[in-house]
Amino acid sequence: MTEPIIDVHDLRREFTVRSPAGRLRRTRTVVPAVDGLTFALETGSATGYIGANGAGKSTTIKMLTGILVPTSGTVRTCELDPVRRRKVLARRIGVVFGQRTQLWWDLPLRESFRTLAAIHRLEDRAWQARRDELVDRLDLGTFLDTPVRQLSLGQRIRGEIAAALLHSPRLLILDEPTIGLDVLSKERLRVFLSEQRDLHGTTLLLTTHDMDDVQRLTERIIVVDHGRMAYDGTLPGLAARVGAERVMVLDLVDPVASLEGVPGTRVVAVESDGLRHRLAFGPEQTTAGAILEAVGTRGQVRDLTIEEPDIEDVVRRLYRAHSYHDHQQQARRS
Amino acid sequence: MGERTRAYRVLVGSRLRSQLAYRRSFAMDLLGSGAIGLLEFAEVYVIFANIDVLGELDFAAAALLFALANIGFSLADTVIGHVDQLPTYLRQGTLDAFLLRPLPVLAQLVTSDVSLRRLGRTALAGAILVVSLLMNDIDWTAAHVALLVIAVLSGTAIFAALFVCAAAVQFWLVEGAEFANAFTYGGAYAAQYPASIFSVPMRVLFTFVVPSAFTAYLPVLVLLDLEGPAGLPQWLGWCTPLAAVGIWAVALGGWRAGLRHYTGAGS
Repeated sequence: MTEPIIDVHDLRREFTVRSPAGRLRRTRTVVPAVDGLTFALETGSATGYIGANGAGKSTTIKMLTGILVPTSGTVRTCELDPVRRRKVLARRIGVVFGQRTQLWWDLPLRESFRTLAAIHRLEDRAWQARRDELVDRLDLGTFLDTPVRQLSLGQRIRGEIAAALLHSPRLLILDEPTIGLDVLSKERLRVFLSEQRDLHGTTLLLTTHDMDDVQRLTERIIVVDHGRMAYDGTLPGLAARVGAERVMVLDLVDPVASLEGVPGTRVVAVESDGLRHRLAFGPEQTTAGAILEAVGTRGQVRDLTIEEPDIEDVVRRLYRAHSYHDHQQQARRS
Repeated sequence: MGERTRAYRVLVGSRLRSQLAYRRSFAMDLLGSGAIGLLEFAEVYVIFANIDVLGELDFAAAALLFALANIGFSLADTVIGHVDQLPTYLRQGTLDAFLLRPLPVLAQLVTSDVSLRRLGRTALAGAILVVSLLMNDIDWTAAHVALLVIAVLSGTAIFAALFVCAAAVQFWLVEGAEFANAFTYGGAYAAQYPASIFSVPMRVLFTFVVPSAFTAYLPVLVLLDLEGPAGLPQWLGWCTPLAAVGIWAVALGGWRAGLRHYTGAGS
């Protein structure tokens, strides 16, 4: 067995929050951001790291990359202690923060690549070939000489990803890479990332709010909630575990006011003046066949599709199952 | 060696190019920086229009003091002055980006900017230096020439170290820019006046805590062969490099501790 590319054991990170209490006194509260995480990622794998805002995703990434020291527990990234071997690790990993730039705002990408190559001490011929590949695959050619500050968000993110991959890292960590991108840009980015993985065996770890990213790019997901592991496994496994609902979309020949009362289902929406109905159902309550039969007694079904569970909903359900913070979920909603 | 410094040369080169890209705006900045220096020199001139001697220095000696202090400060400010903007770097996540690159963080911070416009002040101070050297009666021995060169280099190093100290402090003080400026700009201001006019506690502060008296006043005592005030004997003027080494040790220690505090390794 080779050592996993990321190996985290009982990882914990606390922050001390000072808040005023009275005129002079201040209270110190220790807040755990990451609270006892244990997991390992194999080389070449692709993993989605998911959780609500403040669940501990960014803190974990900072500990994996050597920006932040754990309060306790161990981290090994690319067989290294990230903080102590920060500079060596920097040559083996690429990191992209979707909301922060790592490029030089006043330099065009062409110059940024040249500077990064010098920083990583890359051989001229090797990095130039790599740059050409990235420029081609990410379609950077048209804005290679434009200063970064003048690029659109989509262009900038592509530039950031190229910059993170220039030194051919074994591990690529992406923190919210598709945030704010339009559908087409997202799609192109996903195609590119899977391609890199196939071509170079790059290990991927990405945090995201976009569930399509997870579905399309990763084969494993880790869900964190309040710094703790809430789920570790495959996406279908997660849906099955929380009993996530699928949605049957029924198009009827003649309009029907409502399909309320079909056993084991819940009406999600009635559209097109009663011509289209959305019924949610759980795998344990009923089957698609039974629903179809029950609906058939009320009207003729012209067409139907079944939508798989929305992963955000799945995660929400998983959080709710973590009963100890039920009240916080409700507080957020009200 | 060449391979090692290549990254920094490329980094600094890109900074220089981006500043020179807008020539007219750069020229204005340069002029502005010189003008501020001129204004401060006017202050010295006004004082000596009213009195003949201040702290045992006459106008010519005071001009020499002003020139040495300002050359050192403006050179340090040009090369490293931006490091006291650390909170901005922290807020923008630039420091995290530095931590993700295979180079020392302080070296990246220093090479992330060069403020060439501040050379306007260096040019002014250089001109005043030449004039004041002619105005003063200096015994031009080899030792005195060497002292002058050492004073300029060490003075620059001392002010640079003060900037690093100011940056390090701001790992703890989130809005500590004003506090930090008290030592950098305050030290530079104190450096251009004879330390003998300060009360003893201030004199000690600006000699042995913030060693700005070493950047100009003490070397001037040696060059003009003047007796120092109580507690500051003339021979201290030869110790400028030692003061530079001392304050750099403090600066690097402080920076290391600050960075450890930032990464949460304990402070």
